[in-house]
Amino acid sequence: MTESVTTPDAINPAESGGWSQFNEERLTPMKKYALRNPSLIVGLSMLFGMLFLVGVGHLVWDTEQFRPLSAPTRLAPTLSHELRDGTTGAFPFGTDTQGRDLLAVAILGTPLTLRVGLIAGAVAIGLGTVAAFLAAYYRGFVDAAIRSVVDVGLAMPALLILILVRINIGRELSIDEIGIAIGLTSWVFPARTIRSQVLVMREQTYVELSRLSGTSGMGIIFKEMMPNLIPYITASLVGSVAGAILASIGLEAIGLGNFSEPTLGMTIYWNIQFSSITLGMWWWWLPPLAAIVIVFVSLFLISSGLDEWSNPRLRKRV
Amino acid sequence: MTEQTQAVENSSTSTGTQIIRIISGVLGHFVVKRFLFFLFVVWLASTVIFIIPRLSGQDPVKEKLLLEAQRGGAMQTGLDAMAKSYQKRFGLDQPMWTQYLNFLKDLVKLDLGVSIAFFPRTVNDIVFESLMWTLGLMGTVTILAFILGTLAGAILGWPRKPGWLQYIFMPLLTLSAIPQYLLAMILIFVIAFQLEWLPLFGGYAPATVPTLTFEFAVDVIRHAILPAFAIIFSAIGFWAIGMRGMMINTQGEDYMIQADAKGLKGSRIFMRYAVRNALLPQVTGLALVLGTIVTGQVLVERVFSYPGIGDILFQAIRLSDFFVIRGIVIIIILGIAGATFLLDVLYPLLDPRIKVRKS
Repeated sequence: MTESVTTPDAINPAESGGWSQFNEERLTPMKKYALRNPSLIVGLSMLFGMLFLVGVGHLVWDTEQFRPLSAPTRLAPTLSHELRDGTTGAFPFGTDTQGRDLLAVAILGTPLTLRVGLIAGAVAIGLGTVAAFLAAYYRGFVDAAIRSVVDVGLAMPALLILILVRINIGRELSIDEIGIAIGLTSWVFPARTIRSQVLVMREQTYVELSRLSGTSGMGIIFKEMMPNLIPYITASLVGSVAGAILASIGLEAIGLGNFSEPTLGMTIYWNIQFSSITLGMWWWWLPPLAAIVIVFVSLFLISSGLDEWSNPRLRKRV
Repeated sequence: MTEQTQAVENSSTSTGTQIIRIISGVLGHFVVKRFLFFLFVVWLASTVIFIIPRLSGQDPVKEKLLLEAQRGGAMQTGLDAMAKSYQKRFGLDQPMWTQYLNFLKDLVKLDLGVSIAFFPRTVNDIVFESLMWTLGLMGTVTILAFILGTLAGAILGWPRKPGWLQYIFMPLLTLSAIPQYLLAMILIFVIAFQLEWLPLFGGYAPATVPTLTFEFAVDVIRHAILPAFAIIFSAIGFWAIGMRGMMINTQGEDYMIQADAKGLKGSRIFMRYAVRNALLPQVTGLALVLGTIVTGQVLVERVFSYPGIGDILFQAIRLSDFFVIRGIVIIIILGIAGATFLLDVLYPLLDPRIKVRKS
């Protein structure tokens, strides 16, 4: 689908001479495949590159300054600012109107947001897969019940249900609770798509054969179907993680996040709240925005790369 | 059931069985089935909305009233009336199923309750005023994005396209991965703040009163351009990806080879043979993403302080105005379910291959 601008044919050993031929022999098939699938590689390296920077940041930077009032306010990015006690401090990402060190916020916020996405994605895919297998394998009443729940769930925007739940709980949710809540409201879409995959699969000859040789229902599901579905489920997981991050930032931007956590979404919230754009404080909104864009673009590339992996028919098409 | 067979049956059966036949015929009709499903969705959704506050064990309305009572001041005067209206509305002393029936009864009458923050005003009053803005913006934007994105995808999936097009459209596809409200922030910064071409926020200039003049209309359009483009940009990619996949699928079809063999012009094959057939699943896609479009727009409106439902929702959340929040959720779900129903019913008209069974 979106194998980016380089076509798979770009890596052609016949054209690129001796060096690549030498390498070609030593590359394992997996690596060879990775070279043909640039979007997966680009996506993964973007994501891990960012995580690496975050890791380095954790090691070298004082992240305690993410709290309000721990630094001078409204400071443009500077490497030497004279503090009140006479010492100089460096604020490479500047500070906001409430005195947070924005570098510390970026270092802490990025992994927190990814964590919400991972928790929610795991919950959604877990529930979705179980529902899909129950529906597609046992059919009949179970299928009808699950399908109508899914159909109704698709008609209700998850964000709105989350807002209602959060308003009724009446207290701030922790990061993990937000992740679980998002997961609980977003399993219907994976359930629907995985179900249709299982439906196709259960008609395959090897499943029939396994059934004829007396394998139990669970045996067929776990030994015959699951291994073949893993690429597809992985691709859905990436999609779910992206969707969950989108939902969590939405929830935070509308004012229902956790106010004591410096997630990317909360930083966006403070930006909107204090209209940083009209104040000309570009250093305030640019880092969270860039981080979110990198997260989404890399997840998008990874998921289309995985799509290609799980569905060979998409390969070689530009 | 065709008219002819019905006529034959009419003469031979009693009126009782005839009525049953007609009823079952009507129930079996595709449109009626879809409508029943629409009612089912709305009913189940409202049941969920009814249950959520009772599961949490908290009472946001009571808490809000207590908070206001502690603060005192101007709100104090309305407090008694509010509490009474609230007690009456929920009938808290009544058994659960009576409360549930009352809730459903109010829903059927489209009575969504009374705002807590702006007490004498009803939720309907507050929401419908902003609904106009949201629907106006969303209608235009969705149609524009659908047309532009589908066209882009159609060209991208066409083997005889100029090679350089690839390089223009790929970044466009990546845009679909970026949330709309972030694009909105970038647009505000570049076009409204740096270049000062368009207004920064709002639905119309702050000092003006909405009137039906030409100047006001121009003002409204100028304010709508940026929010619209924020949504269009990120939606184009979605439509383009789907359309491109379908175009590639049509390439292998027999009718494409036949059209080619007949020596038809390329443009005719493109529009009448490839696009016409690839377009249909896109309409189904529209039904699937309506929810995403609405919630995305809610956040874009928040970023622009656009006077639509998103802004009202944000204000209501800030003021813990429970009934307004609930009202907005109900109206959006009704809207999405209704639009999906319409798309489902119209789809067979677009695609004659789908035969609607009548009996």
